[in-house]
Amino acid sequence: MSLDLLAYGAFFLTMALTYAIMCLGLNIQWGQTGLFNVGIAAFVAIGAYVSAVLTTPETPDRLGGFDLPIAVGWLGAVLVAGLAAWLVGALTIRLRSDYLAIATFGVAVSVQLCVLNIQPLTGGAFGIGFIPRPFGGLAASPLAFSLANLALTAVVVLGLYLALEHLAKSPWGRVLRAIREDEIAAQALGKRPIRFRLQAFAIGGAIMGLAGAVQGHFIGFIAPDNYLPILTFQVWAMLIVGGSGNNRGAILGAILVWGLWALTAAAVSAFVPPEQQARASSFQIVAIGVGLCLILLLRPRGIIGEGRSPIAGRIKPKSEE
Amino acid sequence: MSLPLSDPHENRAVPQAAVVDARNLVKRFQGMTAVSGMSLKLGAGEMVGLIGPNGAGKTTLFNLIAGSLKPTSGEIWIGGRDVSQDSPERRIESGIGRTFQIPRPFLEMSVLDNVLAGAQGQDGERLFANFLRPGHVRQQEKAAKEKARALMDFVTLSGLESQPAKVLSGGQRKLLELARILMADPQAILLDEPAAGVNPALLETIMERVIMLNGQGTSILLIEHNMDMVSRLCSRVVAMALGKPLAEGTPAAVSANPAVIEAYLGGAA
Repeated sequence: MSLDLLAYGAFFLTMALTYAIMCLGLNIQWGQTGLFNVGIAAFVAIGAYVSAVLTTPETPDRLGGFDLPIAVGWLGAVLVAGLAAWLVGALTIRLRSDYLAIATFGVAVSVQLCVLNIQPLTGGAFGIGFIPRPFGGLAASPLAFSLANLALTAVVVLGLYLALEHLAKSPWGRVLRAIREDEIAAQALGKRPIRFRLQAFAIGGAIMGLAGAVQGHFIGFIAPDNYLPILTFQVWAMLIVGGSGNNRGAILGAILVWGLWALTAAAVSAFVPPEQQARASSFQIVAIGVGLCLILLLRPRGIIGEGRSPIAGRIKPKSEE
Repeated sequence: MSLPLSDPHENRAVPQAAVVDARNLVKRFQGMTAVSGMSLKLGAGEMVGLIGPNGAGKTTLFNLIAGSLKPTSGEIWIGGRDVSQDSPERRIESGIGRTFQIPRPFLEMSVLDNVLAGAQGQDGERLFANFLRPGHVRQQEKAAKEKARALMDFVTLSGLESQPAKVLSGGQRKLLELARILMADPQAILLDEPAAGVNPALLETIMERVIMLNGQGTSILLIEHNMDMVSRLCSRVVAMALGKPLAEGTPAAVSANPAVIEAYLGGAA
């Protein structure tokens, strides 16, 4: 029994950490640069599908199945999602706050529809199964398998965290903050806002792609339904709860919000009669919404924020002289 | 960097080659002409005052020279190069820096980070250099920090290094902007009303620092309403009204000019 609990704990944490990766990606975009990306699901989906296509065994009625190593899949996910973010960014980065939000939301919906409908590439509504799982050889022992995957995901998160902290403290990160604080003043000091914003957006997108790949390989199966706007909402809630602008906050928020999500799912399956459970699962979204409201009321900067409000003062029109 | 005290009047005499040369600038905003045919030269090592009633077009002229606005017509030459169509972030490469009428510090960043943001040619501002050449970036950053600390000392903000800029008073913010732009080693600085809303003690500090900078050879173009300050600092004054030059000469001559008095008393404005 306690071993089962331990295995579940490892499974839960691994899932939470895959969300933490997405959250780190959002943090560099929003927390550090102020880019209002409401299309997180798109970049996660791109990463997941690219890695799945690269690493699954050959499949007759679908493109590819290139049977490559998982590491190659992850790398491909990072590159393609980063490139996609760069392209989306190059087209939309001049748009401010709310307009960028609308544009990225549109991108997310389009990507999800593409994934759903381009069956020869993505398997359509049925998704892609048999994605190789790291440490698949250990599958006979759920505990060892879960712990090994947890360790691997934790190493990815830790590596990303260290790299992102290094960047945040670097002169590059300083310019990013300066541009976020006052673009006109930063320009007067010779900083090129568009170049820096585009870089931050592409890095964030690449990280989200990595998250999608890591998650896809961990579960072993992906489908278009995994990449609906609710995913974007969850990741946003995680960052705001944990503390926007703070990489540790991003990780903590992912674990807490995913915990709330898992807990409410357990509550629904324990207390709601089976025929009502599909409907009652909306309760999970309500719980996150309530949690979000509570955080915004009680700790508007998140649990360990950067020391500034995540929302106030950020959504504003470009100030003119 | 060394900032020796010297007699400001030493360097005032002869303007040599123009650092900033604005030629016949016109700026229209949808039917409103803010600057209509303004020319202005700022010589190397010169300190020129730009005065004029509110709405005369002084700040618009500044924004044209600093590049945050593009002229409707006319040319801006900086250091012998036509920069009229360059973006604002390229002006500093030409050697020109500016401060803002209402200071624009990076409020949530520390005073030290604010000053460091002014540094030019930092390889650490390139994304990959931070991973590929970390040692080099660290060294450059260390040198930049030393320079930033010297500048904070120069503008009397050294005790506030790790405070966020938002705690600074209005006058301190002006000093911070000065230190931040000095970090870029500009040849010429555009100062937009450095005295406005500053308490007398701090104003004295600001003036002293401006005099010292000019004494070191930095050209300065100064927008200011405080005629006492302009007379003390500048050898040459340009008066503007309705987007055009109105008078030019020594501070005494310009402030005695009937057209200038008329403009300030509301006749032309």
